[in-house]
Amino acid sequence: MNVYLPIAEVSVNAFLLLGLGGGVGLLSGLFGVGGGFLMTPLLILIGIPPAVAVATEANQIVASSFSGVLAHWRRRTVDVKMGLVLLAGGLVGSAIGVQIFKILLGLGQVELLVALCYVVFLGVVGVLMLIESIQALRKSRRGRARPQRRRHSWIHRLPFKMRFRASNLYISAVPPFFVGFFVGILAAIMGVGGGFIMVPAMIYLLGMATTVVVGTSLFQIMFVTGATTLLHAALNQTVDAVLALLLLVGGVVGTQIGVRLGPRLKAEQLRILLAMLVLLVCGKLGLDLVQTPDEFFSIGEAAQ
Amino acid sequence: MPLPLALLLLVLMVLPARSEEVVAELSQSQVSITAGFSGSEIVVFGAVKRNAPTPGDGPLDVIVAVTGPSEPVIVRRKERRFGIWINGPGVRISSAPSLYALATTGPLDQIISHTDGLRYRVGLDQAIRLIDAPVWVDDPAEYREALVRLRSESGLYFQEVGSITLREDTLFHADIDLPAQLVEGDYEARIFLLRGREVVDIHTTSIQVRKVGLERWLYNMAHEQSLLYGFLSIAVALAAGWLASAFFRFFFP
Repeated sequence: MNVYLPIAEVSVNAFLLLGLGGGVGLLSGLFGVGGGFLMTPLLILIGIPPAVAVATEANQIVASSFSGVLAHWRRRTVDVKMGLVLLAGGLVGSAIGVQIFKILLGLGQVELLVALCYVVFLGVVGVLMLIESIQALRKSRRGRARPQRRRHSWIHRLPFKMRFRASNLYISAVPPFFVGFFVGILAAIMGVGGGFIMVPAMIYLLGMATTVVVGTSLFQIMFVTGATTLLHAALNQTVDAVLALLLLVGGVVGTQIGVRLGPRLKAEQLRILLAMLVLLVCGKLGLDLVQTPDEFFSIGEAAQ
Repeated sequence: MPLPLALLLLVLMVLPARSEEVVAELSQSQVSITAGFSGSEIVVFGAVKRNAPTPGDGPLDVIVAVTGPSEPVIVRRKERRFGIWINGPGVRISSAPSLYALATTGPLDQIISHTDGLRYRVGLDQAIRLIDAPVWVDDPAEYREALVRLRSESGLYFQEVGSITLREDTLFHADIDLPAQLVEGDYEARIFLLRGREVVDIHTTSIQVRKVGLERWLYNMAHEQSLLYGFLSIAVALAAGWLASAFFRFFFP
């Protein structure tokens, strides 16, 4: 069954979109990532204009992250205070990101920037996560899994110290603010929630308790992507409500399944899986950049 | 006989009466884009009207051309820089129709002369032209060809050569399949009557392509009340997220 999308002005199969939403939603619930890093390239692949794909994907992530947050909220695995600090940075970041996006849209280099962002960030995050989780898995196999001592680094000497009870932390508010800020920019440019950067940053950079990482990440992502959606809608008119609806119906169902499946799997294995997925997407996009393309030309809209 | 009437008669007699005219009607002059829109077929019915006996010079042919609203586009060529492929500066094509559909009674070069093809801009080669290319472009034709190729691949540009049959040199009909990827606007349908490779008559009519219902409403709102549209999008997302969560909690606690 084909559906004509009013903003994208293309006709696509509705079941394909529902399926995509479902699959990506499953990952979202499982790993605490929005899944945008998979969905946005897929949408562009099936013929949605990149600008519409990025903006609409942000809208879909609002739905799947809210659905995930609700589930985590009941389990009390959301650190609201930490989430709010991350959010403050995120909102500033996404406002700047949408402006950057608008400029690049006019220059015709959106595709390149989006692709480069993906390759660089997915690559770095994927490799780091893979190394760490393999090491963690080895340690737990050897049966010497002892709690790591918190190292005191420069992060702990920064001002504005706050106590984050749920995360079991007493650190400065500055690093979480900047993590949020950085992820906010990416959220706007790449059409992603930024969970794939946020989650590792929370674990390794901020040293948060892993139990609250997923819930808190989703909590923050929900607000940042909400703001991104609003900004894209107001500035670029690129949010397609019909596309978003189809994706999010699939997405929220997938998320709920993921959230229920998550606790039954081992955390290290889950992280290895996520790392491999991230690297796979990174590899594919990287290859597209360096490989000689089949079609050298592309059509872009020109100003009147 | 009063003088004005006599004058009128004189004028009518002096004017060269066209011996052959084309009369045509479209199956629909309005295309509505609904949520389930999957393309539309336009049938052009036509007949040749004669005031005099058939002139014997050359064969009679028909060309039906449907053109979508034109917009300037930028065609970019990927270039290799620092080992990666990036979009080059791009060539602006000042007017490219969003759709170009052609149906004919035979191959274009056999039924229309080069001069008439140029004058009426019939055929993909004439309809999309690059007026002035920037100096740095080595091969401007390549950009024009790329536009035609890409739009043909997505089904927006097509020429159905020989798809029209002219019965008894009088009656004809042409089927034009409009693709699902239509944009809104006023489309123009031109029906050319040709005798001996020269255009003898043109019938021009317009087809209005409009989004209707939900599509119309969403599109208008996105552009006219963008902020409200943004808030509504978020509200829908939150409602769906909550519904799914509530549903799963109820059935799979």
